[in-house]
Amino acid sequence: MQFLTLLMRNRLAAAGGIVLSLVVLLALVTPLLPLANPDVTDTANRFLMPGAQGHLLGTDHLGRDLLARLLHGTRLSLAVGFAAAFFAAFFGAAIGIIAGYFGGRTDNLIMRGVDMLMAFPYILLALAIVAALGPGLTNALIAVAAVNIPFFARNIRGVTVGLAHKEFVDAARLAGLGHTRIILTEILPNVIPVIVIAMSTTIGWMILETAGLSFLGLGSQPPQADLGSMLGEARGALITNPHTSIVPGAMILVIVMGINLLGDGVRDALDPRLRSGALTRPMPATRVERKGTIPDQGDGEAVLSLRQLQTQFHVKNRIYKAVGGVDLKVAPGECLGVIGESGSGKSVTALSVMGLVASPPGVITGGAVYFQGEDLVGAPYEHLRSLRGDKVAYIFQDPLATLHPLYKVGDQLIEAIRVHHPVGRSEARARAVALLKQVRIPNAESRIDSYPHEMSGGMRQRVGIAMALANDPEVIIADEPTTALDVTVQAQILSLLDELRRERGLAIVFITHDFGVVAQLCDRVAVMYAGRIVETGPTEAVLNAPAHPYTSRLIACVPELGGGRRRLEAIPGLPPAVDRLEPGCAFAPRCLKASAACREGDIALEGPGMRAVRCIHPEAELEEGVA
Amino acid sequence: MTGYILKRLLSAVPVLLGITVIVFLIMALIPGDPALAILGAYATPENVAKINRDLGLDAPLVARYFIWLGNMLTGDFGTSFSLNRPVIDEVLDRFSATLLLAGTSFLLCTLLGIAAGVISAAKQYGWADKGITFAVLLGISIPSFFLGMMMILIFAVELRWFPVSGMKMAYGGGGFADVANHLVMPAFALAVVATGVVARLSRSAMLEVLRQDFIRTARAKGVREGRVVWGHALRAAMVGIIPVLGIQAGFVLSGAVYIEMVFQWPGVGRMLVDAILKRDILLVQGGVVFVAACYVLFNIAVDVAQSLLDPRIKT
Repeated sequence: MQFLTLLMRNRLAAAGGIVLSLVVLLALVTPLLPLANPDVTDTANRFLMPGAQGHLLGTDHLGRDLLARLLHGTRLSLAVGFAAAFFAAFFGAAIGIIAGYFGGRTDNLIMRGVDMLMAFPYILLALAIVAALGPGLTNALIAVAAVNIPFFARNIRGVTVGLAHKEFVDAARLAGLGHTRIILTEILPNVIPVIVIAMSTTIGWMILETAGLSFLGLGSQPPQADLGSMLGEARGALITNPHTSIVPGAMILVIVMGINLLGDGVRDALDPRLRSGALTRPMPATRVERKGTIPDQGDGEAVLSLRQLQTQFHVKNRIYKAVGGVDLKVAPGECLGVIGESGSGKSVTALSVMGLVASPPGVITGGAVYFQGEDLVGAPYEHLRSLRGDKVAYIFQDPLATLHPLYKVGDQLIEAIRVHHPVGRSEARARAVALLKQVRIPNAESRIDSYPHEMSGGMRQRVGIAMALANDPEVIIADEPTTALDVTVQAQILSLLDELRRERGLAIVFITHDFGVVAQLCDRVAVMYAGRIVETGPTEAVLNAPAHPYTSRLIACVPELGGGRRRLEAIPGLPPAVDRLEPGCAFAPRCLKASAACREGDIALEGPGMRAVRCIHPEAELEEGVA
Repeated sequence: MTGYILKRLLSAVPVLLGITVIVFLIMALIPGDPALAILGAYATPENVAKINRDLGLDAPLVARYFIWLGNMLTGDFGTSFSLNRPVIDEVLDRFSATLLLAGTSFLLCTLLGIAAGVISAAKQYGWADKGITFAVLLGISIPSFFLGMMMILIFAVELRWFPVSGMKMAYGGGGFADVANHLVMPAFALAVVATGVVARLSRSAMLEVLRQDFIRTARAKGVREGRVVWGHALRAAMVGIIPVLGIQAGFVLSGAVYIEMVFQWPGVGRMLVDAILKRDILLVQGGVVFVAACYVLFNIAVDVAQSLLDPRIKT
């Protein structure tokens, strides 16, 4: 039922279904209609035009009534097409189930044969069969059905293989049921939906194919005519009397188009990926729909300053507030850590800076991002692009997915350079080698010609860092760059980043869920929860005296080497869903100190100097920390 | 790479043998006495015996297969009785015409289909996407032979842009321009369905790829959107598109049979249909085996192209 509503929601599919039903209905009632005999010739009235007296669609080259011939031809074409689909499905499914159920040598032998048949362009096989059996509609039907058997066999086998080792089949086997019984009662009912779908996608094609064979004169023989042979017979008079060709041709088009529309609708309704709209492509820059006033830049030292940034995901009627008003800033040579659980909005915050949040569904709905004093939210795409990678560069998690799998790492580096600097290829290559050396990739001269899959995870991440450094940016935003790496490699990468920022004076925004990493690298830290910053301050101060209950619980989760036997406290509960945030503190439901006041209204992020916390029951008195 | 090509060629041997077995068995199915079918009214006992001897039909089935196979390997596909000409000569002549038609169509459907798919994906839900989606639906629903006939009516009869049919002018034609002029309509008519299929597939392959992390990386580097789409994304999407191009080549080759009928193109498809109607079994057998073998080899070329494109495939 749900399937039907989904199908009807797709207007095109519904239209296709209605047209197809009409045609089928018309074909069914054709014998009952007051039509002329389709086979009675009347040479005196040849080639009458449509609208002629007594002949609604005119007459053909033998003076036969075209409307009657069209409807009888449609009947025949539909019948043959459906029959061919049925036989192909029946034999294909039988072969597929046997191969999939018995497996082993039977499977191997059958599938080899099927592959062999698929090595033919289908028409050759069909022609060979018709050549052997002789022209005729039944033989054309056999040929079209036979040609499609491999397709069904292959699909059904795949499904059956999956089923053959399911528990319920094993159970039936253990219960002593015979193979035939198991196939008929356990396998077949589960395979039938697949058969039906495969039929619905191929039936239009089979109608086309039988019509094609008839068109060639190899299918239905006179005086009997399906749509294909009507078209074939009319071809001789194409130029003098085109209507005799157009009438059957248009009918084939209408039928096949109806089937295709319906089939697409069926497929879309059954494919959950299409349903959720997950197959939408992200636009080059995040959509901006900024409401309210634009906050000013705040104090001017920072190279990058986020002010009240809000980014949401709009999925159907739901609004997920991934980033709910975040203030962050980072000065040249400074490293800011942004920490939080997965889903806290830290990555979305980072991607919002350069408009890289996938959109749809992402939308930046408020706030500002100041880079060197200029607001980038809503900046023209071309301007944003010129800053990307040149002034603000990213390092992403999981370099296997973030590097292009089919380009050599050197080419990806060279591209990063040449996008922003008009240097020659050889110069860019020399630069790329230097970058690889700088991130300590051994044998940089030869590794530059490697593909990402030929490198280890640590090496790939170094390539990612080299790419971020390619244009000597002002800011690097590193989104969990070490999460996928083992501990020793992680330590190397961190010290590399630390060195680079001291050498080059670049500002780093380091996103992580790991306090150990923050302690090692960051001057300041901001803790995020449910899309907002709940605590911020110099790393030392936050680590030593966490003020927000969430921060202290997060720190308690980190095991300490040589720290003795200590209970590792997991935080009970889950982070809240950001599409239905309650007023007040988002952490309150998981917090031991939560009181009624916590749930009342917005709590400000307050504190002296560089320290601030968003809590009315802080764990510790805030002291003005020093960076 | 050479090793890989050799390996793929070797693996084609059983497929090619399988094709000959299948064709042979189908032809052996012919009910009644083929000699009678061929000779019709001329079926005197002497003639029947001669035909049976010529066709090797007096030997047992297995022996007949190996004789036939052995002859083919030496390039002897037998003699067409309806044309009174060696089968291989006729097939080669006709196949070159088909190759010109189908090859042009294949190039067209590849270029147009991929371009349409990429534009459609890059402008998802925009007017270009909707227009292309509708055109594609129309393209895959229209029978190519009907489309061909309509093109003749519009572009040859009404507008007189192109000749109605044939491959060259009857007198004084045959130059490059003449053949090209004759080729335009059939090549387009043949390409339409395959273009639709390729466009559809390219669109979904592109949509899949455009969501990948490495596309975000390219954008984060500041790569221009045109290059992101036509470079980074298309390059990765091609890995999914190329195998389908191999399958489409089979569809183009198949569709060529109808188009050759409509446009009177002197190709192998029309030859096969004529041969079937005249019960010229050797010509059918030879034509089918030859074209199928070419198709198998073409698919090996597709595999090789795929391995060149995707360094992750072990060669």
